[in-house]
Amino acid sequence: MGHYLIRRLIGAPFLLLGITLITFLIIHLTPGSPIDNLALNPEMKPEDLASIKKTLGIDRPLPVQYATWINQLAHGDLGISLKTYQPVRQQIFARLPNTLVLTVCALILALVLAVPLGVLAALKRNSLFDYIMTGLATLGQSVPGFWLGLVFIIIFAVQFKAWGLPALPTGGTQTMPGGGSAGDRLRHLILPVLTLSIAQLAGWTRFIRSQMLEVIRQDYVRTARAKGLSETRIIMEHAFRNAVLPLITLVGLALPQLFGGAVIIEAIFSWPGIGSLALDAASTRDYTMVMGTVFFISIITVLSNLLADMLYGVADPRIHYT
Amino acid sequence: MAANVDPQASVPDATLHTESSGAVVRQPRTNLSRAWRRFRNNRLAVVALVVALAIILFAFNAPLVSRYITHVGPEDQRLLDNFGPPSKQYWFGTDEYGRDVLTRIAYGGRSSLGVAALAVIIALLVGTSVGALAAYYGGWVDTILMRFVDIMLSIPLIFLLILVGTLLHVGTVTLAILIALLGWFGLARLVRSEVLAVKERDYVSAAHVVGVSDWGVVTRHILPNVLHIIIVWATLAVPGFILTEAALSFLGFGIQPPASSWGNMLTNSTQYFYHSTRLVWIPGLFITVTVLVLSVIGDALRDALDPRLNE
Repeated sequence: MGHYLIRRLIGAPFLLLGITLITFLIIHLTPGSPIDNLALNPEMKPEDLASIKKTLGIDRPLPVQYATWINQLAHGDLGISLKTYQPVRQQIFARLPNTLVLTVCALILALVLAVPLGVLAALKRNSLFDYIMTGLATLGQSVPGFWLGLVFIIIFAVQFKAWGLPALPTGGTQTMPGGGSAGDRLRHLILPVLTLSIAQLAGWTRFIRSQMLEVIRQDYVRTARAKGLSETRIIMEHAFRNAVLPLITLVGLALPQLFGGAVIIEAIFSWPGIGSLALDAASTRDYTMVMGTVFFISIITVLSNLLADMLYGVADPRIHYT
Repeated sequence: MAANVDPQASVPDATLHTESSGAVVRQPRTNLSRAWRRFRNNRLAVVALVVALAIILFAFNAPLVSRYITHVGPEDQRLLDNFGPPSKQYWFGTDEYGRDVLTRIAYGGRSSLGVAALAVIIALLVGTSVGALAAYYGGWVDTILMRFVDIMLSIPLIFLLILVGTLLHVGTVTLAILIALLGWFGLARLVRSEVLAVKERDYVSAAHVVGVSDWGVVTRHILPNVLHIIIVWATLAVPGFILTEAALSFLGFGIQPPASSWGNMLTNSTQYFYHSTRLVWIPGLFITVTVLVLSVIGDALRDALDPRLNE
């Protein structure tokens, strides 16, 4: 397994390099440029446009632009935003904590609920509880996240207010910028986190259920039964651990999915995170900002996949990577 | 989102191989009728199939719905009737411009389902070819193709789609192509691992020995034996792509108004919560029910085609 991981570790920088190339190509091979809007201004003289292009460095040949960008990246510099003229890295790091809070809370919520629900559904196989859980899980995987967010807003904000119940906030991270109390921030978290976690929660519940059913059939569980161990010990010590192990891989793979989901959730709940940053940058054609956010998210994806593989290898000694 | 099309897609190869080796041979093409019988016995799946067919018929006959049932076009505005409640004339009520919601749902469904179906067909062609090529020829072909797949799977799909969606102004067909071109990577990995398992079988060697061409071996002897995997992927990809299209159109990067899609009908609904939440409920329920029944069908199909799971 060491060999496999070393290969993956060596491969990671090449993977990232490939990601930069593809992101760069997608952006630069599509028509249009970030100064299209400026060119619409009749007062704008051609020589001014040319000088703006020169300042931004977008007048040079594409290979040169790519090489410059890669050189910057290698020095940890993501460049300057073409719209706000601020360093891209600074803006990403300013927004990162908000996205992390959102995704990590959603991850934890999904885990904390999915594991017991999945195990219970498997142990009570074909019971009413099992049917309801499986049905809800299938439903949860089918509901579009953005619509679920809207439904939550209708129920918990609009209707709650109409019914005179305490309505939940639906936008931003706090009521008063800079002055929100912990409780206020927590209340702002509830709806976005709930919305973001549903898809993972549903998927993991189904996964744990089928894993558990698989494990219960194994010989070592039968042996444990034959030894006369109590059912609780069989479940907790023998079945549970083996059923939950593969979840490590899924958690690693879920991070990029959560970041992707956060793009939409952040748009709905006006959450100032990386997702909304990327969205705004894409619609204003802020190339450096778009490339910066995509690259940053990709690094997180690659690292979390790597981490998931490593943890899985450590947790399950039967795994031999070749 | 689209990411839940096949959660296995990016699981390391080690886990995929262990699952995939046995089923292929036990499940030759002649068993399709037996699979259909197993599918038919799954009552939930049959109900889902009926609902799915009803929705598909409704959506693809949108012009007929418009002409004979609602008697209005999808973009006909009657401003005096805006935010109208469901009535005999407007079954689902009207939207902010007084357009008939039922008509727009039908046309929107046609776009949404059409985009997803077209995208799946394109993704099937690309993904199957790439996976089969990589596995069959191995060597540097395999390395290049699969490293490319690795790279693309490491960039979160929604970022790529938004990126391209904003840069290009997409129409219905380009949107389908876009979703397809960014949606075949998981399938390619799946097909590759299946083909790797199948190509070592005796009947494949036998085909080589009697002088069948590479093309003949792949299309007549290998692909039919991985077909069940491809079918299941396709059935589960359709709902995934519907969700992708809906999300993109919702964010304003997909199908552009005044043309309707289930996703973009929700875009404006957020501004009218206090007038009418119906404009949120109806398109969302159509997306959810459609995706739900298609997923149920996909799951049932997988169980029917892979009886090992039914022990």
